[in-house]
Amino acid sequence: MKTGKGLRFTAAGLAGVLALSACGGGDEGSDGPANLRMTVWSANEAHLKLLNEIADEYRKNHPDVSAITFDPLPFENYTTTLTTQIAGGNAPDLAWIFENSAPDFVSSGALLPLDDTLKKAEGYQYDDISPATLKLWQDGGKLYAYPFSTSPFGVFVNTDLLKQAGQKTPAELIAAGQWTWDAALAAAGATQRTTGKAGLVIRDFDYKGWDNLSTFWTGWGAQAWSADGKSCGFAAPEMVDAMTALHKAIFTDKALPGPGTTADFFAGDAAMTVTQISRASLLKEDGFGWDLAPLPAGPKGDYAVVGQAGIGVLKRSKHADAAADFLAFLTNPGNSEKLAQFFPPPRQSQLTAETLAKTNPKLKPEQLQKVVIDGITTGVVKPNHAGQAELSQQVRAGLDPLWKPDADVKAVLDGVCAKIQPLLAK
Amino acid sequence: MSQTDIRVGGAQAPPTPGHTSRPWWTSRRRDQLAGYLFIAPQLLGSLLFVLLPLVLVVWYSLHEWNVLAGTFDFVGADNYTALADDPNLGPVLRATGLFSVGLVVFNLALALLLAVLLNQKLRGTTVFRTIFFSPVVVSLVAWTIVWGFLLQDNGGVNGLLDTIGVDGPNWLRGEGSAMLSVIVVQVFKNVGLNMVLFLAAMQGVPAELYEAAEVDGASRMRQFWRITVPLISPTILLTSIITVVGSLQVFAQIAVLTQGGPGTSTTVLVYYLYQQAFQFHHFGYGATLSILLFGIVLALTVLQWQMRKRWVFHES
Repeated sequence: MKTGKGLRFTAAGLAGVLALSACGGGDEGSDGPANLRMTVWSANEAHLKLLNEIADEYRKNHPDVSAITFDPLPFENYTTTLTTQIAGGNAPDLAWIFENSAPDFVSSGALLPLDDTLKKAEGYQYDDISPATLKLWQDGGKLYAYPFSTSPFGVFVNTDLLKQAGQKTPAELIAAGQWTWDAALAAAGATQRTTGKAGLVIRDFDYKGWDNLSTFWTGWGAQAWSADGKSCGFAAPEMVDAMTALHKAIFTDKALPGPGTTADFFAGDAAMTVTQISRASLLKEDGFGWDLAPLPAGPKGDYAVVGQAGIGVLKRSKHADAAADFLAFLTNPGNSEKLAQFFPPPRQSQLTAETLAKTNPKLKPEQLQKVVIDGITTGVVKPNHAGQAELSQQVRAGLDPLWKPDADVKAVLDGVCAKIQPLLAK
Repeated sequence: MSQTDIRVGGAQAPPTPGHTSRPWWTSRRRDQLAGYLFIAPQLLGSLLFVLLPLVLVVWYSLHEWNVLAGTFDFVGADNYTALADDPNLGPVLRATGLFSVGLVVFNLALALLLAVLLNQKLRGTTVFRTIFFSPVVVSLVAWTIVWGFLLQDNGGVNGLLDTIGVDGPNWLRGEGSAMLSVIVVQVFKNVGLNMVLFLAAMQGVPAELYEAAEVDGASRMRQFWRITVPLISPTILLTSIITVVGSLQVFAQIAVLTQGGPGTSTTVLVYYLYQQAFQFHHFGYGATLSILLFGIVLALTVLQWQMRKRWVFHES
């Protein structure tokens, strides 16, 4: 009996201790060597390997930094996860930020101004950074994130599939001065009818990610909202024309796969796809014949659209200065050139076909010039606005009635503006 | 054991003045402490992860919390005023109600039907019970992702319909069909659990009642309504409470299949709460919505519990 009671007592004590220890968290003091963490969207092995190599090199000369960890968060929920980490008191020291959340982060005061650190860094050549790429990341004359990746949109083409359908390739159309959306959609529709495969896919749109449609409507001179962000642009005549053309291409010509239908270009399921050039890494060596073309001209002529991502330092990081110093090292001219193979740099001296060709073996110099360099220097950034998540949800819900064969395009777009104008006017 | 202790204790003479009192560290206190230590892990867990968040949610709902700027300002009842004025709340509550009613009706009806069918003494019923129960143990997200593929316009469901000459709708893109799809996916996922509960209850109904009914000439249908249903009514109450509460917590299916669309037709309360708090960063308003959800769940549960007196005939 006595032994039984003792055992019971000890077991209960152990259970209590276990519970208490389970509730205890790790402890990372602010004193001592800094342990830096940076959230990134990519879990790509090659991306992380290069980032880790640069971090290791940095740590050799910085004993005050004990570790630099790159923490990949899933792309789909990246910003939500990041802000939840911040809300939970677990903010990273550095964070990758997408263009659609740039205005929120930049204007919130959450990020550390970087101008002084970057300008003072040895051999940094701050003036080499293209001013056009900095615009999104500045507020009140201060830079709050470094434009780490400025990736233009282009059209990847499955030349085998187009030839099988008896269609001209974009290269041939470009040579003939006929590379327009009309021609691209006609080729896409014909390929779909002949081969049964999808014609053209606007990647990551899938009837939800509407901001990717800016790669289409910018050709008509349309925009989601005015430059000052105050007025809705969905009901404008340019947008109505663009969306009417898109609606016809989807439901009449079948040039794009319809709602609820998936087709992966990189698996050989589609003739063309509009996406960022960084997706070239998805092309297989022994796959189909392919090409990369700039976006086709719209009624308003040639244009380019870019997606941007910046890296910022969180002000509430315990080691914000060390993090800013590491960012200066990560983006110095030498490392920027290394990173250019994955992330097109904002440095003007590196935006040459020769430099980019060294690290982009899959792309030809003329592709790099037409799509990447011209795109970065002249491109319009994808839609971005303060409170973008809420706006984005309202636009998605507002556009849903458009994705039916008998939709009234003008009425739907008027409805979108009715939904988002109060948010824009805030 | 405790009865013996009490009797022995009760037989002891009361301590007389001048005598030393009983030692404080008695075996009874030791047992009590052991008991408390045993429940400590559960108690601490509940305090930290249930009770504390509940209190914090009320606190958050009185504040405007800007996560990025790091500000946390007291706004009093502003979030509750915003809730009353929110033009999205009507459609959201309508979608929530539609989902709950659809789920409860389909789930309970199908579970009861399956239980009746599988309660027969026939060969192979165990195999069917296993088949219908197996989705319950499958990962919810995996189950939903697979259904997402099946319900695409060119997916498996329409492929199957095509073989019998039916042109199926674009399930997840139509406002009515999207809600129906989400309900059906959820019903198939969990119907096995309610089916097992109904089966267990049916097997507890005394066989002599049916024998007596047969002697009296009652038909099978009459036996079902007059004997089975009244005697399993406590289980019907239990399953309906579980299903109603579960239906109000639906999230993963919406997030994976429709993201609240098309339009806002499948934006149920929990998904709207998630959007407000974690996507739009309105944490204070999100907390207010969660209090509304808490109130609805509480009210429905109390209502069902009160109503049991009317329709639960046999409560042990």
